Amino acid sequence: MHRQTAPSYSLYLLLVVLAALFLVPVYIILVTSFKGASEVTLDRMWHLPASLDLSGYRAAYAKLLPNLRNSFWLAIPATALSALLGSMNGYVLSKWSFRGSNVMFALMLFGMFIPYQSVLIPLIQFMQQIKLYNSIPGLVLVHVVYGLPICTLMFRNFYVGIPTEMLEAARIDGAGFFGIFRRIMLPLSVSGFVVVCIWQFTSVWNEFLFAVTLTTQKQQPIMVALQNLSGSQIVQWNVQMAGALLAALPTLAVYVFLSRYFVRGLLAGSIKG
Amino acid sequence: MMHRSEKAIPVLMILPSLAAIAIFVYGFISWTGYVSFTDWNTLVRSSHFVGFANYRFLFQDFRFQSDLRNTLAFTVLFIGLTMLCGLFLAKMVDSKIKGEAFFRNVFIFPMALSFIVTGVVWQWVLNPTTGVNLALKSLGISHPPKWYTSISIVPKLHLGAIDFGLPVAVIAVVLAAVWQMSGFAMAMYLAGLRSIPDDLREAARIDGAAEKQIFRKVILPQLKPISMSLIIILAHISLKIFDLIYAMTGPGAMFVTDVPGVYMFETTFRGNHYAQGSGIAMIMLLLVSLLIVPYLISSFRKERG
Repeated sequence: MHRQTAPSYSLYLLLVVLAALFLVPVYIILVTSFKGASEVTLDRMWHLPASLDLSGYRAAYAKLLPNLRNSFWLAIPATALSALLGSMNGYVLSKWSFRGSNVMFALMLFGMFIPYQSVLIPLIQFMQQIKLYNSIPGLVLVHVVYGLPICTLMFRNFYVGIPTEMLEAARIDGAGFFGIFRRIMLPLSVSGFVVVCIWQFTSVWNEFLFAVTLTTQKQQPIMVALQNLSGSQIVQWNVQMAGALLAALPTLAVYVFLSRYFVRGLLAGSIKG
Repeated sequence: MMHRSEKAIPVLMILPSLAAIAIFVYGFISWTGYVSFTDWNTLVRSSHFVGFANYRFLFQDFRFQSDLRNTLAFTVLFIGLTMLCGLFLAKMVDSKIKGEAFFRNVFIFPMALSFIVTGVVWQWVLNPTTGVNLALKSLGISHPPKWYTSISIVPKLHLGAIDFGLPVAVIAVVLAAVWQMSGFAMAMYLAGLRSIPDDLREAARIDGAAEKQIFRKVILPQLKPISMSLIIILAHISLKIFDLIYAMTGPGAMFVTDVPGVYMFETTFRGNHYAQGSGIAMIMLLLVSLLIVPYLISSFRKERG
């Protein structure tokens, strides 16, 4: 027997209204971004553009292209390194736990929740000292380090589900620490990697505080450049909305194509492991 | 049985990560704590120890008191509304509707955006002379809300240096934040609803319980662990929030939308008051820790027990 009767029309009506409300900001972004500078006036804000004007996109693209590039150079290596280190840590903590490993894991997890303001001042001094201040590799390092807790947690939760008997069988066949990792854990954790990579790519791409304090000018990732667009003297709303869309496109694409994993990633990241 | 040498490999492999966390988290926090007790409030670094002077300054400061008030208002409203919306959406999406995937995706997609993008867009949507207010005016409402430009605080209780109450401007920022995060709450609750066995509902139904009662007495208690996780996650987001407010409103007139994250950023990196900035950062850390440490301890106990 099914738990509920067929959904009613009023339920659908409510859902459609709510979905429309959720999409209002998207409508605003789209119609504004396709307007010409002269058409972006207050009283016509909700109107559709008279004609498709791409000047907003052209201006946003010209201004943001270097920063878009920076963000890719930041997010891709940071994601790959975080996932690799996270999987190794998760493997050790789930299958090779040693005395004190639980306490260490707890101490590590705490790093996931700290407000980054509480490490920012020494971090900047440290990055200046090792000559990575104001550089994309420096930001990669920062994101890999502060991504360690969540990536380790997600992989650990994933590996706990792999039966230990499999590892023991492999060991009898002569496989060691790395052999087991390469031949059993890695092949079995492809979906774990997908989840962690989506999560990490999205957070690194969207991050702002480290980006704005550790880089200037040409080295800035896209989110800082987008924020600067709105901080300028004359606010060109069409350029700004086009810029917002450009900045959001990569994570939206990840989300659209991999949304099922995205949700799973959210759940895995939600410390209820 | 493990060989001695084999036992060392796992420890060696995890050591670099542990060392990095030891330095980047615990080392740097200690350093920030130390700076907060100095008078390093200019560009020139100083390690002259001044005790609690920076903290004393902050707790008497109009701006910082406003920040704490705003954080409280933001946290309560943000957590409450996000969870209510999330539960409500999850309940609807779980009703065996057609096009479930479509609706689910519409409600979740803001989660993929950056707080900066959300802030930039909602700044326009809730701009008092444009955006939603234009629509409201066309509906005949002649005095639409001032959104984030409002400076009213209700109820206005004078406390310390500030008026205590809910700054109306905070509601605008909360709306943007709820828009971004309620899909996440929905996804969590949806997973929770689907893990409740149907027999439980059936048994209650056979006992003659009405649907509303089933929801309150059977389903809600089952969702409690998820609600707990949500409160922890949302509270830790809201206690350290910075980018959304920085992009959307900034501190606001009379600091009605200021939060410790924004104050810390401005006082440290615009004003070069490093010791004061460190003090704010340490207070933020303390607030988050009061929430997170008991949670981490209890979840570890559960795992062992």
